[in-house]
Amino acid sequence: MSTTTHQPPAAPKHVNRLGFTMADYKGAESTLCAGCGHDAITAQIIKAFYEYGVEPQRVAKLSGIGCSSKTPAYFLSQSHGFNGVHGRMPSVATGVMLANKSLVSIGVSGDGDTASIGMGQFVHLLRRNVPMIYIIENNGVYGLTKGQFSATADLGSKAKSGVMNDLPAIDVCTIAIELGCNFVARSFAGDPKQMVALLKAALGHRGTALFDVISPCVTFNNHEGSTKSYKYAKDHEELLHEISFVPFFEQITVDYAEGETTDVGLHDGSHIRLRKTDKGYDPTNKGEALDTLRKCQESNEFLTGLIYINEMKPDFLTLLNMADQPLATLPQERVQPKEDDLREIMAELM
Amino acid sequence: MPNQSPQALVAEEEQRLNGGPVINDFSIQVATVNGSGSQSSNTILMRSIFQMGIPVSGKNLFPSNIAGLPTWFTIRANKDGWIARRKEIDFLVAMNPETAREDVMNLDPNRVVVYEETLKLNQYRRDLSFFPVPFAKLATEITPDSRLRKLLANMIYVGVVGELLEIDPAETETALTKQFKGKAKAVALNKTALDIGRKYAKETFDRTLVPYKCQRMNATKGKIIIDGNAAAALGCMFAGVTVATWYPITPSSSLCETLADYMKDYRIEKDGKANFAIVQAEDELAAVGMAIGAGWAGARSMTSTAGPGISLMQEFIGLGYYAEIPTVIFDITRVGPSTGLPTRTQQSDILSLVYASHGDTKHIVLLPASVEECFQMGYDAFDLAERFQTPIFVMSDLDLGMNNWMSDPFNYPKKKFDRGKVLSAEDLKRLGSFRRYADVDGDGISYRTLPGTNHPAAAYFTRGSGHNENAVYSERPDDYKGNMDRLNKKYETARQHIPQPEIQYANGTNIGFLAFGTTHWAIIESLDQLQREYNTRVSYYRLRAVPFTKHLTEFFEKHDRVYLVEQNRDGQMAMLVKLELPVELVGKLRSIRHYSGIPIDARFVTDALVGAEKGEQN
Repeated sequence: MSTTTHQPPAAPKHVNRLGFTMADYKGAESTLCAGCGHDAITAQIIKAFYEYGVEPQRVAKLSGIGCSSKTPAYFLSQSHGFNGVHGRMPSVATGVMLANKSLVSIGVSGDGDTASIGMGQFVHLLRRNVPMIYIIENNGVYGLTKGQFSATADLGSKAKSGVMNDLPAIDVCTIAIELGCNFVARSFAGDPKQMVALLKAALGHRGTALFDVISPCVTFNNHEGSTKSYKYAKDHEELLHEISFVPFFEQITVDYAEGETTDVGLHDGSHIRLRKTDKGYDPTNKGEALDTLRKCQESNEFLTGLIYINEMKPDFLTLLNMADQPLATLPQERVQPKEDDLREIMAELM
Repeated sequence: MPNQSPQALVAEEEQRLNGGPVINDFSIQVATVNGSGSQSSNTILMRSIFQMGIPVSGKNLFPSNIAGLPTWFTIRANKDGWIARRKEIDFLVAMNPETAREDVMNLDPNRVVVYEETLKLNQYRRDLSFFPVPFAKLATEITPDSRLRKLLANMIYVGVVGELLEIDPAETETALTKQFKGKAKAVALNKTALDIGRKYAKETFDRTLVPYKCQRMNATKGKIIIDGNAAAALGCMFAGVTVATWYPITPSSSLCETLADYMKDYRIEKDGKANFAIVQAEDELAAVGMAIGAGWAGARSMTSTAGPGISLMQEFIGLGYYAEIPTVIFDITRVGPSTGLPTRTQQSDILSLVYASHGDTKHIVLLPASVEECFQMGYDAFDLAERFQTPIFVMSDLDLGMNNWMSDPFNYPKKKFDRGKVLSAEDLKRLGSFRRYADVDGDGISYRTLPGTNHPAAAYFTRGSGHNENAVYSERPDDYKGNMDRLNKKYETARQHIPQPEIQYANGTNIGFLAFGTTHWAIIESLDQLQREYNTRVSYYRLRAVPFTKHLTEFFEKHDRVYLVEQNRDGQMAMLVKLELPVELVGKLRSIRHYSGIPIDARFVTDALVGAEKGEQN
């Protein structure tokens, strides 16, 4: 006798082009304050890496110290992560990429970690053009040490304690463009659509992709008088363009009438599609990018979108002319010269 | 060690003092102005003697300056093979008007002075042999170019000194050709200067008035001349270093620069691509950060620096210790601080290396004494770093790193690299999972995986000390303490695997020397002096690494007094020894310290020991 049981058909499992589920890109539960902008960024990183289809095991997550630097624990738990020392993530990331050029590096930093203690390493990372995504979760304030101003706090911004900031802000995007960074974007933690498009674009770029995200600190910098609060950001955001991303593995479709959009091709064959606003902004024009940033700064607006892009510049690893196989995995017979070589060197010294 | 009877040695010393010819046993000091190009001349002079089979050593005493300040180069020829610095100068070449008077006044009686005629040095002393040479004038005869004239004057003194010391002209020519390899014009021009010097000395001076002579020997055949930094660079290259990140600092810069030169010759693959990356970082913080990042990702990585750089690296070094990341850090030590005497030697970074960084840290420090050990330990450091998953220090010094040393050629390292406990994707398939910070084998060393390992269980999150065995964030007291105890166990395991000490027990003595690094050369010569002059035998224990091994306690048990000789003011190694010795043995420790910035010499050691022993008797 046989019995037949009827099982309900399994729900279709959503997977990306590599067969990974969204869950494969998640991490541990966040320990940040409820409503923190950083968690919104984490969610978009998960989404972008899933949708783009990055192998989690090929990713290295890097960070320095601060609230932002805790977040790599909250996404991509199948990727190696390294929480380094304050402001020194760029050097660790550089070392990682030198050792294994096949990795996809994502570094998460904060405004204190980047623009104060880490300024030296930050500018040299940009100058070298080390291939990686460098995210600044920018809230203008030191959260973990309870509310001190950072170097990106705007002039005249008021701290929770009532103290006014009387020093000018450092604009990380302006510095990045000046130093030769070839992918400079800025977004807002409250704009997930723009964030995810820019993150995917950053994945398609070869070289340092700088992504500055205004990410309000709900505990120490979200009050009246702060220029990095949700409200202030929403009221003062200056959108350069509407942005969408067409990955290399998808057909480009025409959504808009001719002349309404501009496509920018990326290193990996993907495209960024920019829907023009009335400004007609050209992100491949360095001079215009710097000019626009300056004007927005003067008028206390904050600019979001793809500010500058140049896909023609070689990255640091290319300049070093390194072997195709990652240095870390080269076998002894390839990296140890032969006995005759030593003999030749010794003879030269006799 | 030379093997001569005390009687023969006494007879020889008498001959020295009686003014008879002194064969192959003298020191030359060349006093010049920094930046005058004397380096090539001095190298040629030193090599000429070396090629005659005579053991030789060269030490450059130079200022922190590119051009203009005084510099002295000392060449010591010694038939018995002693290559430590010798305090006494026998033969002075005075080319620097600024220091000439003082240089002459410092000489012992009956010594020889070759000098620029216009300096009129013979007015200062009556008890020296003076040989005035119109260097500037002779150089004018070769070229009207004033810059070139300065350089050529330096080559003229090589000719003069060669003639007076009876150095074989053919050897000088060989050394010259080697020095200016491939530059025919430079060879020809310098050869002219050399010949002019020789001819002038031959026609003008009675060379029998110079008691010091070079006579062909056979003691340098098959030997090489190399500086410690180049030797260390070779060690790194043959250890398969793939990532070297550094920041320029005296006296370590030449280590990575030489490495870059050698790598270009021997580590470019058939397709023209480099199987290495050498990066000049923006500062020492970045240099060590890159090395640690690369070590974490699985590369054999290194950096090289000096004391001020070590200070800047402190925070990262601690992270490397706690997070257990392999890398190799060379410290070519010098006098502190950053704006101190950067071109003078010292062994004064010991404590700052052993206990580098904040919190509970202690490190493995290798202590090469010779260029051969710079090579060998430069090689071993990479195996140790990967085996123990920790930053390994190699502490050399300016004297070893930047001066030229004679050595046997280096042996090709034939063993297989020890890449340590690294799990591959295949290992993980078999095991199913792994615990990053668990002590599976009972030796304190955990297994690690590298980023990019294609297995879902490979990843872990690296952070300082706030983690449990699974690398999950934890602030639990038992997790923290357990981890710290395992790190301690790992350090204990390391004692057996690091370079072991070299111990020489002398018969019938109750005293011993304890030393490390370049102090070695003064010690071995002092042992000889003590035996010849005082009929005193002394045992000798040479530390080759920190942490210490059980042999050290045994050595103290077998002697009544142990003299730790080191080149720093406070006896830093003595402090470490005191901390580790059983308390009942600490009273046997005596400390001899040399800290003038000049390399230690045997006479200093001998006098200090004899004086101290006299004190013990009273």
